[in-house]
Amino acid sequence: MKSDRESLFSARNMKLLTNPLNDENPITVQVLGICSALAITVKLEPSIVMAISVIAVLSIANVIISLLRKMIPPRIRIIVQLVVIASLVILVDQILKAFAYEVSKQLSVFVGLIITNCIIMGRLEAFAMGNRPWPAFLDGVGNAAGYGLILVIVGFFRELLGSGEVFGYPVLEKIGLYRIGYEDNGLMILPPMALIIVGIIIWVQRAKNTKLIEEN
Amino acid sequence: MKKFSNIYIFSFASIMVIVVAAVLSVAALILQPLQERNVAIEKMRNILSSIQVQSTAADAQEKYNQYIVETFVINSEGEKIEGFDAFTIDMRAEMRKPLEERHLPVFVGMKNDGRKIIVPLHGKGLWGPIYGYLALEEDMKTIYGVNFGHDKETPGLGAEISESWFQEPFAGKSIFDESGRFTSIEVERGGAEPGDPHAVDAISGGTITSKGLESMLYDCLLSYESYFKKEGI
Repeated sequence: MKSDRESLFSARNMKLLTNPLNDENPITVQVLGICSALAITVKLEPSIVMAISVIAVLSIANVIISLLRKMIPPRIRIIVQLVVIASLVILVDQILKAFAYEVSKQLSVFVGLIITNCIIMGRLEAFAMGNRPWPAFLDGVGNAAGYGLILVIVGFFRELLGSGEVFGYPVLEKIGLYRIGYEDNGLMILPPMALIIVGIIIWVQRAKNTKLIEEN
Repeated sequence: MKKFSNIYIFSFASIMVIVVAAVLSVAALILQPLQERNVAIEKMRNILSSIQVQSTAADAQEKYNQYIVETFVINSEGEKIEGFDAFTIDMRAEMRKPLEERHLPVFVGMKNDGRKIIVPLHGKGLWGPIYGYLALEEDMKTIYGVNFGHDKETPGLGAEISESWFQEPFAGKSIFDESGRFTSIEVERGGAEPGDPHAVDAISGGTITSKGLESMLYDCLLSYESYFKKEGI
């Protein structure tokens, strides 16, 4: 190995993976990909499948674009990026339909809409076009995981408070909350509540992580 | 930055499109049998569910063979027509045709307490299609059970049509009144009268889906009216 090469898991590379989870989280800091975050987080299971799908699409797309970055003519680079994303999303959709039919029915049109998720094109354009495949892969996994993390948190609270279940298991019924007069919050299963929960997460995150607070 | 000639750009785009098309076609070809199998299994599970047989993706085929004893296709006059497979008929396409041209599938289920006549349903909800199966007792009047599904109704509101609390009250209702007139089932906003044999409760906040379901029942069952009258006891 050449001496100017850094190791695969150097501090700089690991930062690519961990930064998007907190300091540069695509949803709570960059506020990208909100649309799908509102739509599919009614339950935990679709949130997780969506997170995995986005991780797969973004990391593979980042690697492909990074490998091709010197061959892609700049004038049609956006088209090339879109074609790569769209093909990967179609593949994911087909695979879900073949192997996870129930979940793919729940996610319905939102798998297709991964194509329009601005996080993905943003990372291809901002990172993969100018970096080697390995850092691009880490960046892809990191950003998609940052997105997925928020999805899973929102999905957990919406399922718990909206349907009283976790992974379809009736937790609140088992601990007997309904018997003392508790009722599920119907607002939780509607999209506006996802926005409010994302807002609360942003608030909590900024209270803990003061770097993120803008100075006026 | 490197300069790219127009010829390079065109060739790059063409090669990319060909490669992508090839990859996607191969994937589609390989996965298609699995996907079609999933759709078929779901259909079997829905049919079984209308006669109160619960199944999983693993045992659907086996239970379908066990409980569904006969399938055939009829026309709107209630006469059997040969040469069609009831299982593969798309009810959505049939409902778009004029009544006389429809090919109407009938599934016959066998439970311990007798034969059940199962007919498919297809209609419009608020955001997309709703569909289902309705099983009648041998008298072809009394509902034995129903199964409804939807593609994208609102969770917690219209989507409740696929929940058991909504479907269970259909059992025991009658689609013909005492004089033998076709009444279908009303899905009544504000709640059905207790004991009304031709109505069930609508879903609060899911009025359009409920109304859609009511018209679906009316339209689809009406196509079978002659058959029910002819074969019913």
